[in-house]
Amino acid sequence: MALLSKFDDLRAALHALAAGGRNPFNVRFEKISSATEAVLEGRSCLLFGTNNYLGLTFDESCVAASVRAVHADGTGTTGSRIANGTYGDHLLLEQRIAEFYGKRAAMIFTTGYQANLGLISTVAGRDDQLLIDADSHASIYDACKLSAAEIIRFRHNDADDLARRLARLEGRPGHRIIVTEGIFSMLGDSGKLREIANVKREMGATLIVDEAHSLGTRGKHGRGVGEDLGVESDIDFVVGTFSKSLGAIGGFVVSDLADFDLLRIACRPYMFTASLPPAVVGSVTAALARLSTDASLGERVRQSSVKLYRALLQEGFAVGPEPNAIVALKMPDKETAVQFWNRLLDQGVYTNLALPPATPGSLSLIRLSISAAHSDAQIETALVVMIAVGRELGVLGETPARVSA
Amino acid sequence: MRGEQLTDHIDTIESGVIALLARRVPADTQITSEMRIAGDLGLDSVAVLDFIQDVEDRFDLSIPLERVAEVQTIGELCAAIETLKRVAR
Repeated sequence: MALLSKFDDLRAALHALAAGGRNPFNVRFEKISSATEAVLEGRSCLLFGTNNYLGLTFDESCVAASVRAVHADGTGTTGSRIANGTYGDHLLLEQRIAEFYGKRAAMIFTTGYQANLGLISTVAGRDDQLLIDADSHASIYDACKLSAAEIIRFRHNDADDLARRLARLEGRPGHRIIVTEGIFSMLGDSGKLREIANVKREMGATLIVDEAHSLGTRGKHGRGVGEDLGVESDIDFVVGTFSKSLGAIGGFVVSDLADFDLLRIACRPYMFTASLPPAVVGSVTAALARLSTDASLGERVRQSSVKLYRALLQEGFAVGPEPNAIVALKMPDKETAVQFWNRLLDQGVYTNLALPPATPGSLSLIRLSISAAHSDAQIETALVVMIAVGRELGVLGETPARVSA
Repeated sequence: MRGEQLTDHIDTIESGVIALLARRVPADTQITSEMRIAGDLGLDSVAVLDFIQDVEDRFDLSIPLERVAEVQTIGELCAAIETLKRVAR
């Protein structure tokens, strides 16, 4: 039996997908022209599937900071911080991200995935219980696999279900650690952090919130859904990423925990991987400064998201539960989703295809991400294309008589 | 359904589990305790976890994910439920 025969199902699924047109997991851009446009198959396309929420990937101040850092500190750190040492700019970024969140301390990781992997697997020990939202990101599930704690899923965004599961643990030793997200990556719905925080307070637990998709897109200062809902003081650890709103790569954790720095010598996904390279640290620090000083970026992405969401709803698309910088179009089945995604690309609109089992409820989705850098004209063009393809493939349902403001 | 009187007899558990599973597979599917939940019944990994939530509500318990990973057949799931109910008592 071949070594990779264990993936026969995946192979068959991939062949079926590719038979529908392109391989959605291997799209090759010939040129990235800007935060919102690329060249694909020899022609220009609009990018509506990049998580580039603030459109800062080509921001002049971020690019300049990145170039300066390469010249000053070189192309890479060539090792981990515990072995090769910390650069001044690592510390500066940690200080800035902690200040941004108003928290005592911050730790930066080489990817957002590693931030979840590192924090969750380290703080949850053998006698502890991790209670995770069922729709959590893969990095949270993988962190659970790496942790020695008992893992319990609660129903998505269901604080009552969480409370029941906590109640069943009564009398058991160990810490209860709740993990949820600010915005969930597939349907773009917000975490019900007020309700979850109430349960956390009443029943006694530690709360970790991943604000990967909400940093920069939610809250007056862009700190995420925790800020927006006024529950930041209930969140013990905020996890986030530098790869979306801040336009580079990397992850972070911020906390008020007194001995937080102890994690630096306990957290294996932090200790045993190379630290972020100077160019990334430079651009992220500049991007954070842009976010901190320019509220119009967040306002712009929110306005555009609401506008596009409402227009799609009005046209009869089945969309996710609320307008955020991720807008999901629910397709009737996998085949239609593949066809829809290919047709959009034929017309120069790049989106994400999200299929089961990566999606909640076995939904087949076209996933859009909106950027502050999208112009009104680009959003209008994408909308016209989506409506045309929606009509062509017969996926538009009843048009709502009135979409409430 | 939560909180209803249940005996912990394995046959009772099995009939409850099969009833919950029957909702997630085509109507004419014959379900037996030897069947593998993912392999034989065609549930993907997320659908398996959603089915496990139905089971947890039905039997008023939480089945830790690491325990779910060890379970392949319906019979093994029923045995895990029986053990967890016994420990909780």
